[in-house]
Amino acid sequence: MSELERLARQGVLLALDQGATNAECTIAEGEQLSLRVRMHALEQIEEAIRRGAGIRVLKGNRAGSATTNDMSAEGVSRMVGCALDLARIASEDPFAGLPGPGDLARCSDDLGIYSKDVTELNTEERVALARAAEEAALQLDPRMVGSEGATFGAYVGHHVFANSLEFCRSYRTTNCSLSVSAVARQNDGMQRDYYCSSSRSAAGLESPEDVGRAAAGRALRRLNPRRIVTQKAPVIFEPRAAGSLVGHLFNAVNGSNICRGMSFLGGRLGKKIASELLTLIDDSQIPGLLGTSPFDDEGVRGGRTIVIENGVLNSYLLNTYSARRLGLKTTGNAKRGLAGSACVGHGNLFITGPRPPAGHDSSGIAGFRQAATDEFPPSLPPGLPDSLLVTGLVGRGVNTTTGDYSQGAVGFWVENAEIAYPVSDIVISGKLQQMLMDIEWIGSDLAFRSSLASPTLLVGRMMVAGR
Amino acid sequence: MNFAESIFARKFLIAESDLERYLAAALSTAGDYADVYIEHVTSTALSIDGSIVKTATQGMSLGAGVRVVSGERTGYAHSDSLAPESVLKAARIAARIAHGPSLVTKTGFEEVQKPDLYSMLAAPAESALDKRVELIKRADAAARASDPRVTDVHVVYADNLRQVLVATSEGRLSCDRQPLTRISVTALARGMDGAVGEGRAGGGGRVALDFFQTDKTPEYFGGEAARQALVQISAGEAPVGEMTVVLGSGWPGILIHEAVGHGLEADFNRKTLSAFTGRIGERVASPLCTIVDDGTIPNGRGSLNVDDEGTPTRRNVLIENGILCGYLQDKLSGALMRARLTGNGRRENYQFAPVPRMTNTFLLAGGSDPDEIVRGVGRGLYCARFGGGQVDITNGNFAFTATECYLIEAGRLTRPVRWATLIGNGPESLKHVSMVGHDLRLDEGVGVCRKDGQNIPIGVGMPTTRIDNVTVGGVAQ
Repeated sequence: MSELERLARQGVLLALDQGATNAECTIAEGEQLSLRVRMHALEQIEEAIRRGAGIRVLKGNRAGSATTNDMSAEGVSRMVGCALDLARIASEDPFAGLPGPGDLARCSDDLGIYSKDVTELNTEERVALARAAEEAALQLDPRMVGSEGATFGAYVGHHVFANSLEFCRSYRTTNCSLSVSAVARQNDGMQRDYYCSSSRSAAGLESPEDVGRAAAGRALRRLNPRRIVTQKAPVIFEPRAAGSLVGHLFNAVNGSNICRGMSFLGGRLGKKIASELLTLIDDSQIPGLLGTSPFDDEGVRGGRTIVIENGVLNSYLLNTYSARRLGLKTTGNAKRGLAGSACVGHGNLFITGPRPPAGHDSSGIAGFRQAATDEFPPSLPPGLPDSLLVTGLVGRGVNTTTGDYSQGAVGFWVENAEIAYPVSDIVISGKLQQMLMDIEWIGSDLAFRSSLASPTLLVGRMMVAGR
Repeated sequence: MNFAESIFARKFLIAESDLERYLAAALSTAGDYADVYIEHVTSTALSIDGSIVKTATQGMSLGAGVRVVSGERTGYAHSDSLAPESVLKAARIAARIAHGPSLVTKTGFEEVQKPDLYSMLAAPAESALDKRVELIKRADAAARASDPRVTDVHVVYADNLRQVLVATSEGRLSCDRQPLTRISVTALARGMDGAVGEGRAGGGGRVALDFFQTDKTPEYFGGEAARQALVQISAGEAPVGEMTVVLGSGWPGILIHEAVGHGLEADFNRKTLSAFTGRIGERVASPLCTIVDDGTIPNGRGSLNVDDEGTPTRRNVLIENGILCGYLQDKLSGALMRARLTGNGRRENYQFAPVPRMTNTFLLAGGSDPDEIVRGVGRGLYCARFGGGQVDITNGNFAFTATECYLIEAGRLTRPVRWATLIGNGPESLKHVSMVGHDLRLDEGVGVCRKDGQNIPIGVGMPTTRIDNVTVGGVAQ
C-alpha cells in the first residue's frame, strides 16, 4: 500500500471513529510541467506539484464534505472534523449513500493510461518539440505572420480512493500535449486558429511538424471570410465541431441533470430520440485513451454503456445517487473533484455510425484511429447539396433543459460537394431534439483526440443567420 | 490590512527576512524581476436540490507561487506548503528561466498604500453556518411559492475568504483580505403544453452576509429566477437575421466585456494578436461610448484593493467618446510596452502566474431616456438578460446569448422570444451604437471570466443601449 493509500484509509477510519456511518476519501496528486515557445523563443515555464485531499462523510443519510491541501496528519484530521460538522446541517437524503459493495472495482487492469516516456524528456527536448511545432506553422506560408505560441505540457497524476466498504485503490495516469496557436494575415484581415495533439504517452503525440502545419492550415483557410444570407441549409459538423455536440448530448444524458429536470431527454428511455444512423457509446475501459480509468470516483468499475443505439435512447449515464433516485443501476460514471457528492462524468464518449447486427462488430469502434493528422476537407457525403461546413463554434447558446441551440459559427460554404469559400459572422440555430432526428449522414473518420469524439456529421437542415 | 496584522505574519510566522530570502533565490540566475505570492483561502459551498440541503462542503487551501521574469520570459513554480525549504525550491525552479550571475537584491520592504474597498466586521466565511443555510432555504421557498408551474429549484450559496501577500523584488509588499460571496438560483417551470423554461438569478459581491438582508434578499433572487422561467415557457419563435437590438441595463454589459474588454488586455496587444492592436487614438466606437474598467467600486465582485501583483487598482478609461485610449496592463506587458500599470494583473490562485484581466467593466451612462430608446425602434429585439459570451480576440468576432428577450414591434415590447445568440465584431459593432440611456447599472454580482484556464470573479455593466445591424440567430419552435 502506498503512502497516499494509507493516508486515504486513515481519513476514512478517522471519520468512522468520530461518528460517521460511512465515509469516502479521495486524494489526488499531480505533477505538471508546461512550457511555451513564442516567435522562436522560450517564453514561459511553469512547474507545479498539486496535492489535495477530500472527504465525504455520512451520518445516517446526512452528508458533509471538506477538502484541504494540508496533507499532514493534523490537516487531514481537521478536514474530517469539518466534514462531520457540516453533516449536521445537511438534510436527511434517503438516496445518499455509498455504492453497493458488488459494484466496486475488484482489480486494477493495466489500461495503458500511464506511460513513463512522458517523464523521460528533459527540458531541452520539450522546448525543441514546441519550437519545431511553431516553426512548422510559421514556415507553411508567407501569410503566417505570428503566433500565440506553441505549448508543450506533461502531466503525471496519482489518484487514490478509499471508502468505508474497505475499498482502497489507486491508479496513475500520464498525459502529454503539444499545441500551436497560429496567426495568419492577408490584406487587413487576421485569423487565428489552433491545433492540439494530446496523448497518454509522448510517443503517441503527432509529430511537431504535423501539429504546426495543422494549426497554420486552419488559420490560413479562414482568411478572407464572406458572409452569407440568412437561410435554411444543411449543416456539416467536422469532427472538432461535432465533438461539441457530443458534449451537449452528454449534458442531456447526465443522470444528475435528469434528476433535476434539466434535460430534454428526461423520461425518454426506450424512445427513438435521434436518427437511426446515430449510436452514442460511453466506454471508460478502452486502453490508452484520454477518457479511460480503472474505476470511477466512487470506486465503481465503469464499462461500456450504449447510451443511444440506432437512434433509440438506451441508457442515461449514472452515478450511485442519480441511479437510486431514478430506480436504476449505476453505470460507473461518478465524477467529482476532491469532495462533495459525486456528479456524473463520462469516459470516452463517442458517436459511431449504425451498429451492425450483434456478433459482427462487438467493439463498435473497429477502425478508429487514436490520432490522425488534421484532414481538410473532412470526408463529405456523396451527392451533398449546397451546405455549410462548420469548423468552429463560439458562444454559450445551448440549453440542454429546453434543447434550444443557437451558436456563433465559422466554417466554409460548400457548393457542388466542394469547398467554395470561408464564411464567418453567422449564427446557426435549431432545437437539439430536431437536430438529432435530422442527422442524415455520419462519416467514418472517428478519431479520439479527446474524451469526447465524433466523426463528421451532417444535420439535414438548420437555420443559418447571416446578412 | 498591513503585513504585521496579516494571517501570514501572525499565524504562519513569516518574517520579512523569509521573503527576502525567497526573492534572492528567485533572482539567483540574474532574472529582471521576481515576486512571491502567498495565498490562504477558505471556502464554503452549500446547495439545495429538491428542497433538501444536499451538499455542504468546506475547503482550505494554502500555497505560495514564485515568479521570475527575464526579458519576455517567465518562470513560475509553486509550493503547497509554506515550509521555507519548499518555497525556496519553487524559487529555484522558477529561476531556471534566466541564466546569469546572482544579482544583489534589495533588502527591506515598503508597504503598498491601498484603499479599503470591502471593509466589514465579519466576512461571510466567518459567519455562522446556520445563517448561510437559512439563505438558500429562503431562496428555494420563494422560487417554489411564486407559481405552481415552478417544478424544480436549485440553489447554491458559495463564499470564500482569500488572504494574499505579494512581495516583489522592487521591495514592495502588500497584503489583502478579500471576501467574496454569492447566491445563485436556477428555477425550472413547465407549462400545460409541456413547454419548459429555465430561469437563473443570483448576486452578491465582496459584501458581508447582511447584504442578503438589506440589499438583495434570497426571496428576490428566488422570485426573479422563477419569473424568468415563467417568461420562457410562454416565449415564442425568435427572430433571425440582421436587426436593431436594444440591450437592457446591467448584466447585458457582458457585451462590453466580450466585444471590447478582452481585446484590450495588454498581453494580446503586446503580441500583436488583437483586433485592437496598434489602434490607440483611433475611433473604435460611436462617440456615445465611453468605456471604463474600474477595480475600485466599493464591494464590487470584480473589485480589489490591490491586484495579484500588488498594484493598487484604479479606474481606467479604455475608450473615451469612441476613441481608444489604453490597454489593461500587468507588470510583464506594462514593462515591455513601457506603459503605466493599471492594476489588472490577476490570477485564479497561487498555482498560476498573473495575466492582464478585467475587474468591473462598463459603458458609462448617456443622455437618452430608456423608454424612448425602445419607442424609437420599428422592429427589433430587446434583450433583458444574457447568459455567457465568448470572443475571438484576433478577428474581434464575439458571440453572446440572450436568455430573456422580447420582440420590439412599432416601439413596443410585444412578446417574449426564446434564447438567441447575438454576434458581432468588437471594433465594428460599437460604431453602430446609436443611443445610450441614462440608467447605468452594474450586474448583480455573479460574473466569472475564463482566460488561459483561469477563472476569476468580474463585474460588468451598461445602461440601456441601442445597437443597429446586429446579427441574431434565434431558435424557432
